[in-house]
Amino acid sequence: MAANKILIVAEHAGGALNPSTAKCVTCARAIEDGEITVAVFATDGSSVAAQAAALQGVTQVLQIDNAANGHPLAAVLAPQIAALADGFTHVFGPSTTFGKDLMPRVAALIDTPQLSDIMAVESAHCFRRPIYAGNAIITVKVPADLKIVATVRTASFEAVADGGAASVEKRDVQVDLPTHTRFVEISAASSDRPDLQTARTVVSGGRALGSADGFRILYSLAEKLGAAVGASRAAVDAGYVPNDMQVGQTGKIISPELYIAVGISGAIQHLTGIKDARTIVAINKDAEAPIFEVADIGLVGDLFALVPELEKQLA
Amino acid sequence: MAKILVAIKRVVDYNVRIRLKPDGSGVATEGVKLSINPFDEIALEEALRMRDRGAAEEVIVASIGPAETQQQLRTALAMGADRAVLVQADAGAVVEPLTAARTLLALVEREKPQIVILGKQAIDDDNNQTGQMLAALWDRPQATFASTIELKDDKATVRREVDTGLETLEVDLPAVFTTDLRLNEPRYVKLPDIMKAKKKPLETVTFTDLGVTPKQQVEVSHYEPPPVRQKGVMVKDVAELVGALKKRGLV
Ligand SMILES: Cc1cc2nc3c(=O)[nH]c(=O)nc-3n(C[C@H](O)[C@H](O)[C@H](O)COP(=O)(O)OP(=O)(O)OC[C@H]3O[C@@H](n4cnc5c(N)ncnc54)[C@H](O)[C@@H]3O)c2cc1C
Repeated sequence: MAANKILIVAEHAGGALNPSTAKCVTCARAIEDGEITVAVFATDGSSVAAQAAALQGVTQVLQIDNAANGHPLAAVLAPQIAALADGFTHVFGPSTTFGKDLMPRVAALIDTPQLSDIMAVESAHCFRRPIYAGNAIITVKVPADLKIVATVRTASFEAVADGGAASVEKRDVQVDLPTHTRFVEISAASSDRPDLQTARTVVSGGRALGSADGFRILYSLAEKLGAAVGASRAAVDAGYVPNDMQVGQTGKIISPELYIAVGISGAIQHLTGIKDARTIVAINKDAEAPIFEVADIGLVGDLFALVPELEKQLA
Repeated sequence: MAKILVAIKRVVDYNVRIRLKPDGSGVATEGVKLSINPFDEIALEEALRMRDRGAAEEVIVASIGPAETQQQLRTALAMGADRAVLVQADAGAVVEPLTAARTLLALVEREKPQIVILGKQAIDDDNNQTGQMLAALWDRPQATFASTIELKDDKATVRREVDTGLETLEVDLPAVFTTDLRLNEPRYVKLPDIMKAKKKPLETVTFTDLGVTPKQQVEVSHYEPPPVRQKGVMVKDVAELVGALKKRGLV
């Protein structure tokens, strides 16, 4: 029997498994002598469970169907996960808003600490994680007799490939579920652009874009590049773009191959979100902007001239 | 009438570029400006607005930290909180989120608030846990990462900032809320309010008074700087930029 039994809570929506789950699996596979189980909570989780079963390295998928599991409410999921966690040494979720909301509630019910944003596995009980907006990395160790509940920093791990064939087992989890928390709606800013968290290329705009209309030149460039579009907090606060486009300490942490920052000054809270980008390009009219300290390629000038020009020359 | 409990944390000011101690034992905080965690300021602002709209009659602000945390609590009183409670921890002691949540639970049991508001994360350890843990231990609803909170009778409707957009939840009170950045813009403290705040009650209690045994279960063994990025190149025009991107196989 494996020494480490790892339970991963699947994130999914609309019948599709979120890639964050496959990244959690990669993290879990770095733990020696481990056996990985994925738990799918849904009203009918068959299709998601099948997707999870196909992930390499997964041994077993538990499908917990319940009418109460239609929307991922932390108050409803946490007691079920806590009940299921018996017999597991680790319980992981992604450090997306889903996992950040849920996993601390699970940890408190189990009466064990939670580790946030683990970015590297040193051993089964020792991990590394960022603090101070990623300006320091700490090594954390939890005593071997405690269950480890953690969120996995998705930008630090590649998604595991398909090719697995885990068994799927339906499970009935008998616990009292609260009714004090009710889902009302979700308003997703619909867009057919690639997803910010998984896109290979991301074009981001800041306050300098000046208006929602100003962002058009970025959408147009993004279309040419097949890129997702992100933004700084200043652009979101000003109402130029919706909140789900924010990149940074309090927005999304991303790891694209190419990140193009346009009219973004490079505040530490923004840089936190792009530390793992392979190549950073900065376009800014201020040659002294801090973004140039981290950019691999910098171009000084007026974005309203340079961005359309860039799009043209990429033809 | 209803009370609101707000939890605040004393942290290195968000404008400070932190430095690590050379021996890797921690972050240098000597001589560094310390402030209320920005998300907690938003939590307090929201509570004050709720009270001023008549949704509650008292805002209690609590913090867990060393004696110097009185400074941040005084600032909170100057912003408009009615009274403050400091749960005094030893200087340099690490208060883990689970201990913080247990301590806040003890305060909740003592004060019986309808609403508890916390920042979604502290910008020092970036844990994002305490609110959720408190809600679990209290067995009450949580609405995290809130960007609007509307109260009606014994319910709240909360819009939450999530990865896919904005989610709306309805929760029964009492409940725990954690704040996102766009919930409100905290007020500035005016000088006369600082004077007035000196007369407001600030109580100091110990973990023992509250019946809480602080536990440190996570051992932090080493602090290191993040890997530094190599200094990049500057290009002079778009043609050069496109050339550089092509050379790297990025376009
Ligand atoms: C607790 C906390 C959390 C935060 N979290 C985040 C976060 O998650 N993400 C985030 O982004 N920020 C975050 N911030 C805010 C952050 O500190 C900065 O305020 C923000 O990132 C600035 O956005 P900006 O770069 O778009 O705006 P600015 O700093 O105003 O920069 C605008 C830039 O555009 C350039 N510019 C202007 N006009 C032109 C032009 N015509 N052509 C080219 N360049 C031009 C300027 O030179 C300047 O560098 C947070 C702050 C706090 C306190």
